[in-house]
Amino acid sequence: MTTLDKVVGGAPVRIDGREKVTGAARYAYEYPVPNAVYVWPVQATIARGRVCAVHGGAALALPGVIAVLDSGNVSRLHPADDAELAVLQSADVAYRGQIVAAVVASTLEGAREAASAVRVDYDEQEHDVVLNPGNPRIFSPRKANAGFPGTLHWGDAESALAAAPAGVDATYTTPAEHASPMEPHATIAFWEGETLTLYNADQAPWMSATALAALFGLADGAVSIVADHTGGGFGSKAVPRPPTVLAALAARAVGRPVKVAMTRQQMFPLVSYRTPTVQRVRLGAELDGRLTAVWHDALQQSSKRVEYTEQTVAASRMMYATPNSHTAHRLLQLDVPTPSWMRAPGEAPGMFALESAMDELAYALGMDPVELRVVNEPALDPESGLPFSSRNLIACLREGAARFGWAGRDPAPGVRRQGRWLVGTGVASSTYPVFTMASTATARAEPMGRFVVEIAAADIGTGARTALAQVAADELGVPMDQITILVGRSAFGPAPFAGGSMGTASWSWAVSKVCRALVRELDERSGVVPPEGLQARADTTEDLAAQGRFSRHSFGAQFAEVKVDVDSGQVRIERLLGVFAAGRIVNARTARSQFLGGMTMGISMALHEALELDPRFGDFTNHDLATYHIASNADVRGIEAHWIDEHDDQLNPIGVKGIGEVGIVGTAAAIANAVFHATGSRQRDLPITLDRVRAAMYTG
Amino acid sequence: MRPFAYERAADPGAAATAVVDGTDAMFLAGGTNLVDLMKLGVARPATLVDVTRLPYDRIEHRADGSVLIGATVRNSDLAGDRGIRERFPMLARAVLSGASGQLRSMATTGGNLLQRTRCPYFQDVTKPCNKRDPGAGCSAIGGGHRDLGVIGTSDSCVATHPSDMAVAMAALDAVVHLRLAGGGERAMPLHDLYLLPGDTPDRETVLEPGDLITGVELPPPPDGAVMLYRKVRDRWSYAFAVVSVAALVTTEGGGSLREIRLALGGVAPKPWRAHQAERMLAGHRPNRELLLAAAEAEFASARPLPGNEFKIGLAADLIAASVRDLTGDLVGEERR
Ligand SMILES: Cc1cc2nc3c(=O)[nH]c(=O)nc-3n(C[C@H](O)[C@H](O)[C@H](O)COP(=O)(O)OP(=O)(O)OC[C@H]3O[C@@H](n4cnc5c(N)ncnc54)[C@H](O)[C@@H]3O)c2cc1C
Ligand code: SF4
Repeated sequence: MTTLDKVVGGAPVRIDGREKVTGAARYAYEYPVPNAVYVWPVQATIARGRVCAVHGGAALALPGVIAVLDSGNVSRLHPADDAELAVLQSADVAYRGQIVAAVVASTLEGAREAASAVRVDYDEQEHDVVLNPGNPRIFSPRKANAGFPGTLHWGDAESALAAAPAGVDATYTTPAEHASPMEPHATIAFWEGETLTLYNADQAPWMSATALAALFGLADGAVSIVADHTGGGFGSKAVPRPPTVLAALAARAVGRPVKVAMTRQQMFPLVSYRTPTVQRVRLGAELDGRLTAVWHDALQQSSKRVEYTEQTVAASRMMYATPNSHTAHRLLQLDVPTPSWMRAPGEAPGMFALESAMDELAYALGMDPVELRVVNEPALDPESGLPFSSRNLIACLREGAARFGWAGRDPAPGVRRQGRWLVGTGVASSTYPVFTMASTATARAEPMGRFVVEIAAADIGTGARTALAQVAADELGVPMDQITILVGRSAFGPAPFAGGSMGTASWSWAVSKVCRALVRELDERSGVVPPEGLQARADTTEDLAAQGRFSRHSFGAQFAEVKVDVDSGQVRIERLLGVFAAGRIVNARTARSQFLGGMTMGISMALHEALELDPRFGDFTNHDLATYHIASNADVRGIEAHWIDEHDDQLNPIGVKGIGEVGIVGTAAAIANAVFHATGSRQRDLPITLDRVRAAMYTG
Repeated sequence: MRPFAYERAADPGAAATAVVDGTDAMFLAGGTNLVDLMKLGVARPATLVDVTRLPYDRIEHRADGSVLIGATVRNSDLAGDRGIRERFPMLARAVLSGASGQLRSMATTGGNLLQRTRCPYFQDVTKPCNKRDPGAGCSAIGGGHRDLGVIGTSDSCVATHPSDMAVAMAALDAVVHLRLAGGGERAMPLHDLYLLPGDTPDRETVLEPGDLITGVELPPPPDGAVMLYRKVRDRWSYAFAVVSVAALVTTEGGGSLREIRLALGGVAPKPWRAHQAERMLAGHRPNRELLLAAAEAEFASARPLPGNEFKIGLAADLIAASVRDLTGDLVGEERR
């Protein structure tokens, strides 16, 4: 082929960057669809019971109101695994905020006003919404999310804990959290006969279309999703959520295109959240730091309709070498919305607990926390016994320690004072599994030297579109600007979602494969493109099945420096430095953003984010971005992301592991550990708010 | 959102008439609070009377050292005004510590003073709230109230007034100028503008429908005064105060306080002027013990709830820290 410089591994700017900053990029709600009307949901004001009657008369009398929908007058849906999608299918109310009716009107404001005029009568039943560790209905689920075992043991953890010369036994809690992506969930739906088109804020165009076709009882391919640009999702747009179903139901009911756009307030109950967790971690160790037992139990919640168990203890099974292990999830199903995926489900809360406990163990042993992690490096995956395809945790810890200036750190807690500030540093490990799913892609050579690559990937702001164009450019041996890369449409065929950090790993495989196939076909024709063009299609199903058996994970190390204001208890991040080992980095520019974004979300998790349940009403009291805090720019100081050069030939042909989630894993522990180093008081409950810091410093 | 009419008032009299005569009419300034509440269904005016074209958009520094800030001066212009920054720095600080740049560019002096509480139940029409719906009950007292008030509250409402600007103005002995609905004018200390909730938390100020705020006057600060505004919040920007303090001191020989003024935000239904603490401190050379005793006296009548009790200790620490920082006299006596 040619001698063009490879672009994979470079740092090209986003190919859609200009479109986005000039406002030309279209998001779901912005497609001009003639004749569209608007639907506004009416949400349950009880947490459990039944709708007895929906009084829509007053709403229907308002100008521009077209229909009032309820469970009595919308299409029947087919049962789905995700019971949350059974929108308006019965009179049952499973949580406060559930959609119990909706108004369709010719204007958005008119629909909103009319929705407030709909009166709903309920038969209210007592609700149970509190994740109470004493609840007798708590059980041990067999499976956790992503197929992880609910409970797993090896060796004899209890005996090892009893015999261990050093150890930790502590309980950590994390609150319910909400993904709150920048772009609120939005859909435009319209029907043409038995086909449904959805402009949807979506992380998974093909998978969502497939799920919705099944839900509406339509033929495969009858649902077409367009998601050219999606403004973030963090898991909340990785499967269809109730608003999308509502739009499709409403469009069918009124026979016109229907638009729905969630307000921030509506998003909180309707588009999923991360479960709260109560985690107990017990570690046993020899005096040289080697772990003799890891014991990790996580209590979590789900709804009564769906058993969803976040895989919170999964990382504790593969992180460190230990001859004895007991790791278990426990679940309590409540009258709440179903929790679901939010960036690094499992690892994010689980590693807060494990990596805080490791810090506590380091203090118990009088050992440097970096060295404690190093001595517990396993040769093989402790859970599966498989070799790691690559594992560079130690390299990340060492590189991070050097960059951060960790050497010579005085471990004594609560002693470094600068004026009104107490200063401390902390470290924690990060990890995230490498998931890959089969994908298809199409590539077409056109006369005049242009190429078109189509794949039902989703670019949710990550830069996936650009990364895939880079992969195609290298395989085709042409500059990126000769390639048109089209993503975001279900019609392009099977492809996984932008989730589980598997997007680029899965899609780039298909793109690389299809481009190679096209190059072969072109070579057979001596490079001559016929006037009608030349097309190739690829599917990686068999390639995935042929992969060797390895344990595949990304790793990282995060170092934090914090200052704590002794007047107020406010915590300020001074520095946050992450080093990651995540295979081949396709695009240094967009990858850095992913790592920094993950770490920033980790700051939020450590210091800000918490959904506050009001047990009397059964919902979250804070449900807007003024009261549900995430980090502001002023909270993110001195943040740096680096990576080590990692070559792993047991991954996809490009050698990528996925980088979307590892950045949020461990961050909160690094910060909490730094707060301990600064103040001398351990923060085991997130978020670390100033009142908690004050309580620990001044009364605890 | 209820359909509404929008009018732009040509002069103050027309504005007042439009509000007094109109059904459910309200003044609209920057709209940063009112329009949000309309979307949420909390405020449902039928008519909005835009006051931002009225002639109250100037900041007038007078020869005697006082200043008159027009009611429609945008918060960003107030914070950027040179005279304000130089002579009333705590006010510039307070304004800048509130909201975001975009919001401050819209928000006005009058609207800021009259913004409604951020109590989450007040903003959620599906839940009982005495302030929104008198007699319905207060959801916050038995629910989420961490961010709400500890003093001046009542059994019917524990909401706080959320403004930062108003706290600094309270410490600066601000006087609010009104044009009454009937046409007369009136001036009153900022302190007297606000009512405590008692049994009528829906009544937040002494204003009657059609009464228009025309400006806020700040008397000249005392000679030699130093001042600060310190806001403690749950993130370092773009959050309402958990507790804030506006402090002004003048000192005399020997380091004793000739005058001290303290106003607190985030603790009460109005900017809370800590008169009790001021009286205990004036004339004394402050030390941490005395400062904490003064704070304790101030909060003797506090009625904290389980979720916000910490605010009292926090406020005391902030009072102590503010005096420390203003006098430079207590270095080494910070909280351990
Ligand atoms: C996300 C967010 C964060 C915020 N954070 C902060 C913060 O940290 N600190 C802070 O202090 N504030 C904060 N604010 C509140 C902001 O300061 C207020 O919304 C703003 O000051 C209100 O001014 P306005 O001119 O927009 O008022 P409007 O919304 O127009 O009006 C508010 C009320 O005042 C009445 N009114 C207005 N002008 C007059 C007048 N001249 N005479 C009589 N009545 C009048 C209106 O009828 C209305 O009832 C925040 C707001 C938002 C949305
Ligand atoms: S504190 Fe006041 S505003 Fe909040 S719910 Fe109670 S009555 Fe309403």
